[in-house]
Amino acid sequence: MKKIFLIIQREYLTRVKKRSFIIMTILGPVLMAATIIIPIYLATQTNELKTVAVLDETGIFNGKFKDTDNIRFHYLTQDINTAKANFTRSGDHALLYIPKTEVTLPNNAIIYSENNVNINVKSHIKNVMSRQLEEMKLQARLRELQGDRENQVSVDDILRSIKTSVDINTLKIGDDGKESKSYTELSMILGMFAGILIYFFIFMFGSQVMRGVIEEKTSRIVEVIVSSVKPFQLMMGKIIGVGLVGLTQFMLWVVLTFIIVTAVTATMTSGSATQTATEQLLKQNQVNIQPEGQQIPVTPQKNGDELTEVMDAIHSVDFPIMIGSFLFFFVVGYLLYAAFFAAIGGAVDSEADTQQFMFPITIPLILSIILAQFIIQDPDGPVAFWLSIFPLTAPVIMMIRIPFGVPFWEVFLSMAILILGFLGTTWLAAKIYRTGILMYGKKITYGELWKWIRYKN
Amino acid sequence: MILFAADNVTKQYSGHKALDKVSIAVPEGKIFGLLGPNGAGKTTLIRIINQIIAPDEGALMFNGRKLEPGDISAIGYLPEERGLYKKMTVGEQSLYLAQLKGLTHHEALTRLKFWFDKFEIRSWWNRKVEELSKGMQQKVQFLITIIHEPRLLIFDEPFSGFDPINAGLLKEEILAQKEKGATVIFSTHNMASVEELCDDIALINKSKVVLDGSVREIKKKYKTNTYIVSFNSFDKPLESILPPAFQVLSEFSDADHRHATLKLPIDATSNDMIRLLLPHVTIYSVNERIPNMNDIFIQVVTNREVSEN
Repeated sequence: MKKIFLIIQREYLTRVKKRSFIIMTILGPVLMAATIIIPIYLATQTNELKTVAVLDETGIFNGKFKDTDNIRFHYLTQDINTAKANFTRSGDHALLYIPKTEVTLPNNAIIYSENNVNINVKSHIKNVMSRQLEEMKLQARLRELQGDRENQVSVDDILRSIKTSVDINTLKIGDDGKESKSYTELSMILGMFAGILIYFFIFMFGSQVMRGVIEEKTSRIVEVIVSSVKPFQLMMGKIIGVGLVGLTQFMLWVVLTFIIVTAVTATMTSGSATQTATEQLLKQNQVNIQPEGQQIPVTPQKNGDELTEVMDAIHSVDFPIMIGSFLFFFVVGYLLYAAFFAAIGGAVDSEADTQQFMFPITIPLILSIILAQFIIQDPDGPVAFWLSIFPLTAPVIMMIRIPFGVPFWEVFLSMAILILGFLGTTWLAAKIYRTGILMYGKKITYGELWKWIRYKN
Repeated sequence: MILFAADNVTKQYSGHKALDKVSIAVPEGKIFGLLGPNGAGKTTLIRIINQIIAPDEGALMFNGRKLEPGDISAIGYLPEERGLYKKMTVGEQSLYLAQLKGLTHHEALTRLKFWFDKFEIRSWWNRKVEELSKGMQQKVQFLITIIHEPRLLIFDEPFSGFDPINAGLLKEEILAQKEKGATVIFSTHNMASVEELCDDIALINKSKVVLDGSVREIKKKYKTNTYIVSFNSFDKPLESILPPAFQVLSEFSDADHRHATLKLPIDATSNDMIRLLLPHVTIYSVNERIPNMNDIFIQVVTNREVSEN
């Protein structure tokens, strides 16, 4: 066990210290951040005047939406269906609909629009709504407290009780006046993205395993090492070590991309969105709270995701399942294929000889990507089902399906079979590997590989 | 005491037997030569000793009991096909391989520093292996092989790739390891080095042990009762003064003397030969021709082939 750890350590450290790893780690997030930031930047740059129709069934927000430099608000009194029907002809950018609530204060709203809603518009609406709601709650709370001067209530408690987050759903209205959730699109993007990521990960790091094995074989160090450790330990150590490199790179990409996006969007919006927080103000006046007549500024709901529509819609996705299953299929899918790659590396003498063996292994992966278009159209069909159960296609296909919602039993079945597949390929690969690494200068055929698999011990 | 023994070891690959009931016994503290032509099965046997592959049949004994996986750390192995990670530095690499043999990081570092100083290669520590010459790499490899002070050292063709100076250094170091009490198994084609270094040998040909024992015994056994005699010029052929049982194998003259190689019948001694020659010639010297390992190797390997065909 100690030895396999040493091997993992070497495989890991020699790779993360490479210049190519460092360059990839920096370049990746920059590119990914750019693909996120540029659309946002373009969206915030438009100075075009936009009009928003407000249909407030609660009456709370009547007149509260003040016109800004590039947003004009006007209020409707029709019922929602008429408003929606008239929307396309009205020329408005968006229709804000705040449905009536019976008991509680309203904390959600729907924005209808023909195209994507401008991000500035959306965040402005959100700010105004939460400010208004917080103000109302604060005043109610303070009235309560005035009648009850005995009890010391901490400011933090008050703040916690009035903190309000507003949910805004975005719906599209087509020309026919029909609305469609734009989340399907998001599921598609998310599914494709996850599937393609797994595909690249398996290819990139799988072939790194293969090259590593070939390097050990051609440099003839392998025999020295297998006189100290079992070939299986060497193979698994390499697979795990390279896999950890991949995970490290992936994590760094996610974290760095997040940091870059947050930093850039924060500076982009700093002019419009930062105001003194309610918290700060209240803390300054800790002793005597004077609510009457005091302007209470509002905390802009500033989480990095506020600006991105995608992130907003992501609330509709089951996140723990998405992330959990992504990591699972990412890791186990890699392990399954890496065993194949290691076996190929062990069987051949140079990278030039790998072609004939690479081909059958890459077929299921490439097929997964080709079929992805089709799966996305019909994520619950029989083809999608069987391909997400078959272990060689499951990592990519299942990840494409998961954002659309897959029954638990299917996910678990797929995971169980994938683990069995991983054990099977590793067992098979180890047999080829341990014979192959000690074999030089021999033309390897499939018949030969079959012989190796049947050798005892 | 026998440190390592293989008893009737057989290894079969599809189609051919790499080892066929091979038995060897390696005495502790000795240098044991494993000889044989290419493809005889030496490397297979060495890999079995190193537990890289398992035999189909037969028993392996180490230190009086069955060979166990843990014994790997008591064995140092320098394979014939050897190399290092080209992109790794010499130091990192040596530390890694030493730790794989079971040394702690600290032990490995202390011992490596000692040996790097001894071999005067301290300056190589931070250099990548690809920057070193082949001879330099071999030195590092040798050092890594002995760093964990194994009881049993296995060298497969250790001298290939060394220049004569470094080969001499290596030879000395192998002998020094023996002095320290290590047992050495040494596989080679170089018969001169066998005579210089080995105490015992086993000759493997076509997957079988065809000759084994101590070098001295084997040489004695392969003596053919042949003598080289130098004498003054003499105008008759030697055959005319010797009985037909005495064979003249070769004869030549130089400026001073005539030299003849005579093969005596089994029951005759050198005294008999001298007695027969004395009435006719003046003898300057008589030397017994002792076969060298090279002759024995060739004789054993080719005879077998002849008898088989």
